[in-house]
Amino acid sequence: MNWQQLLLVFILLSSLIPGIIIFGMPEEKHRLRTVFNLCGATVKIALIVVMDIGIYLGHTFEIRIPLIPGVELLLNGDPLSALFATLSSVLWLLTTIYAVGYLEGSPNRSHFFGYFSLCVTVTIGIALSGNLVTFLLFYEMLTLTTYPLVIHRGTGKALRAGRNYLIYAFSSGAVFLVAVIWLQNVVGPVDFSAAGFSPLFTNSHSTVLMLIFMLLILGVGVKAALVPLHGWLPQAMIAPAPVSSLLHAVAVVKAGAFGIVRIVLDVYGAQNLLLLGILPLLGGIATITILYGSLRALQQDNLKRLLAFSTISQVSYIALGMSLVDQPLAVIGGLVHLVHQGLMKITLFFCAGNLAETLGIHHISKMDGVARRMPLTMTAFTIGALGMIGIPPTVGFVSKWYLGLGSLAAGNWWLLGVLAVSSLLNGCYFLPILTRAWFGKQQGPWPEELHTGRFETRLMLLLPPLITAFTVLAAGAVANAQISPLSWVRFIVKEYGL
Amino acid sequence: MNVDNPTWMIIPILLPLTAGLLCFLFHRKTFAIVLSAVLANFMAACFLTGQLLTFGHMRYSMGGWQAPLGITLRTDGPAVLMLLMTGVTGLAITLYARGYFSFRIDDPGRTERHQHQQRYFWPLWMLLLSGLNGLFLSNDIFNLYITLEIIGISAASLAALSGKPAALLASFRYLLTSLLGSLTFLLGIVFLYKSCGVLDLDLLRNLTEHGPGVRAALALMSVGLLLKTALVPMHFWLPPAHANALAPVSAILSALVIKGSFYLLFRLWFEVFASAITTAALNVMGTLGSVAILWGAIQAIRQHRLKLMVAYSTVSQLGYLFIAFPLSRTADNAQVWSIVIFMAMAHACAKSAMFMSAGTIFLHFGHDRIRDLTGVRASLPITVFAYGIAGVTLMGLPPSGAFIAKWLLLSSALASSQWWWALVIVAGSVMAMIYVFRVISRFIVIPEGFSSQKLGYHSRLLEWPALALAMISLLLGLAAPWPLHILARGSHDLTQILPGGLP
Amino acid sequence: MITTQIYSITGLLLFGMGLFTLIVHSHPLRKILAVNVMSTGVFLILIATAYTPLGQGEVDPVPHAMVLTGIVVSVSVTALALILSCRVQETSNRDLLREKPVAETAKECTR
Repeated sequence: MNWQQLLLVFILLSSLIPGIIIFGMPEEKHRLRTVFNLCGATVKIALIVVMDIGIYLGHTFEIRIPLIPGVELLLNGDPLSALFATLSSVLWLLTTIYAVGYLEGSPNRSHFFGYFSLCVTVTIGIALSGNLVTFLLFYEMLTLTTYPLVIHRGTGKALRAGRNYLIYAFSSGAVFLVAVIWLQNVVGPVDFSAAGFSPLFTNSHSTVLMLIFMLLILGVGVKAALVPLHGWLPQAMIAPAPVSSLLHAVAVVKAGAFGIVRIVLDVYGAQNLLLLGILPLLGGIATITILYGSLRALQQDNLKRLLAFSTISQVSYIALGMSLVDQPLAVIGGLVHLVHQGLMKITLFFCAGNLAETLGIHHISKMDGVARRMPLTMTAFTIGALGMIGIPPTVGFVSKWYLGLGSLAAGNWWLLGVLAVSSLLNGCYFLPILTRAWFGKQQGPWPEELHTGRFETRLMLLLPPLITAFTVLAAGAVANAQISPLSWVRFIVKEYGL
Repeated sequence: MNVDNPTWMIIPILLPLTAGLLCFLFHRKTFAIVLSAVLANFMAACFLTGQLLTFGHMRYSMGGWQAPLGITLRTDGPAVLMLLMTGVTGLAITLYARGYFSFRIDDPGRTERHQHQQRYFWPLWMLLLSGLNGLFLSNDIFNLYITLEIIGISAASLAALSGKPAALLASFRYLLTSLLGSLTFLLGIVFLYKSCGVLDLDLLRNLTEHGPGVRAALALMSVGLLLKTALVPMHFWLPPAHANALAPVSAILSALVIKGSFYLLFRLWFEVFASAITTAALNVMGTLGSVAILWGAIQAIRQHRLKLMVAYSTVSQLGYLFIAFPLSRTADNAQVWSIVIFMAMAHACAKSAMFMSAGTIFLHFGHDRIRDLTGVRASLPITVFAYGIAGVTLMGLPPSGAFIAKWLLLSSALASSQWWWALVIVAGSVMAMIYVFRVISRFIVIPEGFSSQKLGYHSRLLEWPALALAMISLLLGLAAPWPLHILARGSHDLTQILPGGLP
Repeated sequence: MITTQIYSITGLLLFGMGLFTLIVHSHPLRKILAVNVMSTGVFLILIATAYTPLGQGEVDPVPHAMVLTGIVVSVSVTALALILSCRVQETSNRDLLREKPVAETAKECTR
């Protein structure tokens, strides 16, 4: 085993081991648990940064474990997996800090943080998967590890949401399994590689390959919340705020979107897909999802529900970028949105959690004048919301700019229109919230105010959204710098030779 | 003694038998005797595996009498893997049974009755183990009938051990069904002997002519074995017998006993009389298997009691073993064997872990009504975890052994365009998810204001064996190359395992 | 040849009769007897296989060994089944010999 392989193993172990230790830890040892959690998260970031540098310098990171002939587990660090792994690990650290603050004084924290760590291990596993079998393995495990978090509150509503989540996720997992096996029967074992499967398909297989592509997209589309497979996501917002952040920004929805990216870029490859001519279908679904999510978000009064529909809409930008796989600019836009959407959405969810935890506010109609009570939180929220709308210099602008350029280059004017309408709709549902919060007049006392001393809320609740909001601004402002999500995505696209 | 001496083969049969007899002699040291026998049995299985890997498959004629008159034993890949499966599961079940009985004996109300149960449990379990090992090793069809009877008798007595009216009635029905099965099997043997005049499996395999007598014999033997394997619609006896028995007994019955008759059936169909099997017969088996998967899962979803639910899930999981039958036409023999072996091993570990967990929960809460089992995790975290992991195996998620089996099944179904089997398999997995998570979601949820029940002291043996077995079943998929290697090395006509599914 | 066939057919008939009773009748004792009749049928066929007319070669010893083993098995299984059905009778109110619940039988006795 060389150092690259050891590094991959340690990256997975750095959250698995804390997770297992935390499971066995008595409920009362809060401090020790927090120490373990944060140490694990920091070590993981450090290891992943080492891997990023290694990948940039051209080292290969690869572990192969053969199972049965034709089926092997393959962990592989390539630039794309580095992108997702870095995003997840950084946001995991912030979410952990937030969760420690959020759950202060609530029961069953051992259980919660145990699954939290397992969940991140699995997400990194998804990032590092080098073929569809490994992806499937971690993808199913992700459902298993997030389920206890979704039903953590234990209410009837949470259980119902969890049940729906399971049914959606495992049915799609079964479809995915069939598609993977079928694909393997047709083209042989496929590793994730820039070219997609080879040899290029012959006409006799084209119908089957199209069908398999649709089944694969169906399989990951549930987690990516493509309409009409999105039903579970708005219900799952019943989970505690850190879990929602995890679902929407770090792990689940992102894993689905990442799956779409992998299928399009690595499994089928741009050339095969163009020959098959199936990409407009993906583009169409993405368009419908973008518009539908925004329209539904307009009708919501519950803040977290609104954010959930906004996620449905925003994640589809990634799918939209992938549907223009022959346009490097659009691919850049889609890939970079993987990171950007995560940063923005996690900020918004942190802020929504702060409002709920500190003041007991769950609904937009109760938010009048809340910015005067919690100025820092609402500043972060505002930055996140402006980013969603796509106002420069936030990261949201960067994504939309590249997507727009890509659709122009492809000559798809209507896609540009979709982007414009979507931004307009984003504005329509975010701006009223902002005006209410900043300029509205407080109506009566807050529902359940928590007295927190010096700051507007607990420090551990306040810091994470401020950091992510700052990143939203900074990563957008210096998007062209040497170290930014955008430049890494350019590196990826160069590797793919687009 | 020489290492390559095939006499070693008799150890897994003789050892538990001796231990069972000794249990009657030394009342006080039963657990020590049984534990050492089970350990030695496991080591013997490992040793036989080593021998198989070094020397290939072996035959041993008992008492020096050669076939056709004498009785022979032989080891090959599948037999050794089944021995290993029995060894591992048996070891864990023995440890669990120790914890189970001492917990019950500590209960002041009924000490004497529970001591009585324990006293009879050990020798019967040893007898059963001896019968199972004999079944896996025998190469003589009449001897196989004897092992089937030994298994049937000891299993029925074990099922009756709890002494409750429901258990006694269930066990009585179980005994009669099992008798009917073995008598039909015996009638089949009579037909076989009439037409062929030999009983040794190797000699039977070499027969090329399969007249109506052999076909009738095969049909009779298959029906008998199906009855014992509880394939739908012959499953009626299984849920009550498995659900009402003591927890370690349920684990033994569900994990091992059923596998015994299935293994025999599979060997008869795919090794001994492979050339006499028609496509129609294979399709009938596949259809019955599909019905079993769906019907068992529906029943499992509908149950209100935990142990009954687990028992019905056995009915459902058995169906996967039978779906392998019709796929054998296109897949090569080695692939079909690996499907069956992986499924059987994963199911044995997972199902016994599940029954052990259910038993522990029953011990502590005094009932197994699923509705009233909210928040069990707070009191029994390890048990619930073991239950969950075992459930993951039943759903066939990666990296469990059942996943490997399902992968191979789906792969050969799709490769031969028999997509309807694939549909059934997928539907079965989703339904398994429903019945597994219906229970787990109750276990792990702790509603607000829930005060966890304070439990008395209990031995670690109640929790850890189940977890160990569950982990084995989950990680079996990662260790897949080893069973495949053993299968490839030790089989008669399988020289290599081919990658499946490439057109 | 005829002799063998007569015995074999009788054996099959016995097996069938036993099977019929086993399925149709719910009474425990009848079921146990039915199983016994079935095994007798099987043994009869086995013995018939071994039959060779006088002076036409040697008698095949294997079926005899099988029948002997089978009888031993059948005796022990019958014993176990009887004990089990007795236990069922003790714990539930079902009579072993009469097809009525024990309570009713008791009433009849007192009458």
